[in-house]
Amino acid sequence: MPDSQAQLTAYARSLGIAIDRMDDGVPVLAVEFTREVEGRPGALHGGAISGLLETAGYAALRAKLDSDDRHPQLKPINITVQFLSTGKQKRTYAKGRITRLGRRNANVSVEAWQDDRERPIATAIMNILMADGAG
Amino acid sequence: MVQPLPPFDPKQAAQFFFRHGHSGWLGLRYSDHGEDWVELELPWREDLLGEEARHMLASGPIISLLDMASGMSIWTTRKVFTPIATLDLRVDYQRPARERSAVRGRVECYRITRSAAFVRGIAHDGDPGDPVATMAGVFMTIARDPRSAQHA
Repeated sequence: MPDSQAQLTAYARSLGIAIDRMDDGVPVLAVEFTREVEGRPGALHGGAISGLLETAGYAALRAKLDSDDRHPQLKPINITVQFLSTGKQKRTYAKGRITRLGRRNANVSVEAWQDDRERPIATAIMNILMADGAG
Repeated sequence: MVQPLPPFDPKQAAQFFFRHGHSGWLGLRYSDHGEDWVELELPWREDLLGEEARHMLASGPIISLLDMASGMSIWTTRKVFTPIATLDLRVDYQRPARERSAVRGRVECYRITRSAAFVRGIAHDGDPGDPVATMAGVFMTIARDPRSAQHA
């Protein structure tokens, strides 16, 4: 667990994103509502939500790759974020699910929620390139 | 009667927007604007890095930069600040930003309907012809709450 925490990027740690718990081997990430993630007064910034989703997507993929003893560099190809409802002044969680894991690229879907796991406030689909060695 | 407000000025608004919250934390700065576009700058910062070994900017701040430039391009095009909500944002990453260089996000609002605003843009680190990322987004304009009319 401390290892996984250290794997979060400087950006994620600086924004206050941390691993809340492991759920079936997949890290659930969380961020508190602070000034650093506030957009419109009293609401979570869309960019901060995107950052949380993206970090959770990488964390889910990294956990799976570690368990397969694969250690490629991860490079973003693209991300599409759907914003479903306003993020309120509450703790926000995010968890990724690997929808396809290939040799060179992975497709990961991510959900972010607050009170109710069944009512996500935002979702994302990410394509991630896995480059082995120096590539 | 309320005096009509002067048209939305992104340069002026930036001074207010970027003092607070997430965009303040990122250190976003106004860079340039036109009739229907706004360019903002995200300065280089060590604590915004992605994977340590690679010493490159994380992609999260680039989304924030483009999201903020999107909103401001919509207000600049409409000439008025109205509440909007991001519905959908897509970012395609072409290449990592150069080490230690600021990244600029330039977004244009190319179409506005009664309820939606469509934007597209790029992130670049000096040469707009060689972008770091391209983006497209849709925003909803939030209609004035009818309950607030009686207070107006």
